Amino acid sequence: MSTTSAVAASVTPPLWLLAELTYTCPLHCPFCSNPVDFARQKAELSTGEWQRVFAEARTLGSVQLGFSGGEPLSRPDLEELVAEGRRLGFYTNLITSGVGLSPPRLRALKDAGLDHIQLSFQDSTRESNDFLSSTRTFDRKRRVADEIKALGFPMVLNCVIHRLNIEHVERIIDLAVDIGAEFLELANTQYYGWAFVNRELLMPTRGQLADAEAVVAARRQQLGDRLRILFVVPDYFEGRPKRCMNGWGSTFLCVSPDGTALPCQAARMLPGIEFPSVRSSSIREIWNDSAAFHRYRGEAWMPEPCRSCPERANDLGGCRCQAYLLTGDAGATDPACNKAPQHDIVRAAIASRARIPEMPLLFRSAANSRALSPPDSTSAC
Amino acid sequence: MTEIAAFSERRPCIAGPYRLQWEDVQQARVLLFPEGIVKLNRSAGEILLRCDGKRTTAQIVAELESAFGVAPLGADVRSFLDLATLRRWIEWRTA
Repeated sequence: MSTTSAVAASVTPPLWLLAELTYTCPLHCPFCSNPVDFARQKAELSTGEWQRVFAEARTLGSVQLGFSGGEPLSRPDLEELVAEGRRLGFYTNLITSGVGLSPPRLRALKDAGLDHIQLSFQDSTRESNDFLSSTRTFDRKRRVADEIKALGFPMVLNCVIHRLNIEHVERIIDLAVDIGAEFLELANTQYYGWAFVNRELLMPTRGQLADAEAVVAARRQQLGDRLRILFVVPDYFEGRPKRCMNGWGSTFLCVSPDGTALPCQAARMLPGIEFPSVRSSSIREIWNDSAAFHRYRGEAWMPEPCRSCPERANDLGGCRCQAYLLTGDAGATDPACNKAPQHDIVRAAIASRARIPEMPLLFRSAANSRALSPPDSTSAC
Repeated sequence: MTEIAAFSERRPCIAGPYRLQWEDVQQARVLLFPEGIVKLNRSAGEILLRCDGKRTTAQIVAELESAFGVAPLGADVRSFLDLATLRRWIEWRTA
């Protein structure tokens, strides 16, 4: 009927498979991207079920396999799963807090063929790292970083950035240099899951962000090839929506601990979409045929102003989860875009930085999870 | 002249974090690296396949010329290896 829907969304392979092995995690970070109702999630996939998922995704063309969580080291079969992923021809990435990464396990992961490790810190000092993770883990992470280097793994250091640590960016860069990382990802907080609950306390001011950008620019110049630093200005502040997940159902397939297949880690909260389970459907059926993965594929779903926007091929209308969290409509233009009818919501959120409310940080814990999500509820933000 | 001579005796090798492999679904060789992928065209794939740290660039050029019945390929191979060096896909071992 409409001219845009004539452009059928073509299905490309799910190059990136993210295996969220478990929501169990020793850390309690208040910016965690896991669903707020994680404590009410159902039973985890077994070793055999994961291995079937890997094989099916690989046949469909997946090449990158991320082991994430929660803390993937909480799974005693991690080494076995890595070995199977590697045997199938995946490039295997471990996304970890480092807690539980003992020298024997690290050695076993090396022997299993693990290709790469992304190690997270929460800040540059013991005090702040341990406060933000609500654990005493800084010294252990520091030791683990040396052990990872000693075994010759390529390593990315990752630190989630927010109002409480953004002024420490210089010291976080020093830490990465000290560790000898080749790559540092300063990941500005994206407001989903626990980060959305704590947004008022986590979102930096425009001034803090500008200062951090200046520090990063100066250190990039000084360090050159020694350390590559990724620092992406968050979409709230940029006025442009992000090309979320490279497009819904285009590249990225997330399988959550209970086997629910998602186009991104956060999408589970979207109402009115029944996300398929790997327990009852094959990866091919899920990726190629399911209504959920077709829902926002391509451009046919777009409302105005996206539909006629010359930039729609660049940003693909932004993020569906953010549109839902901020406007209540997952099909709306992402309010991060300054052309969005509801961009005022984002402007107001930034303006409110002048006065930070007095409220407690809500750390990610099973008790808080249960308190925030009624037993029968299937939704969570 | 000496630089060119040295170049032909040097041995390129796929760099540490990168892995070269054939992908059936894409019908192409790809380079995999942390959280990323580069799809290679046929000639790039054929050159990188021979960057094993054992063959010299002179040997690689000779092999490709003989395998594809096209010569000379020296300049093309060199310009691709320059690009691959810049992108850190390969490292160099001296003889």
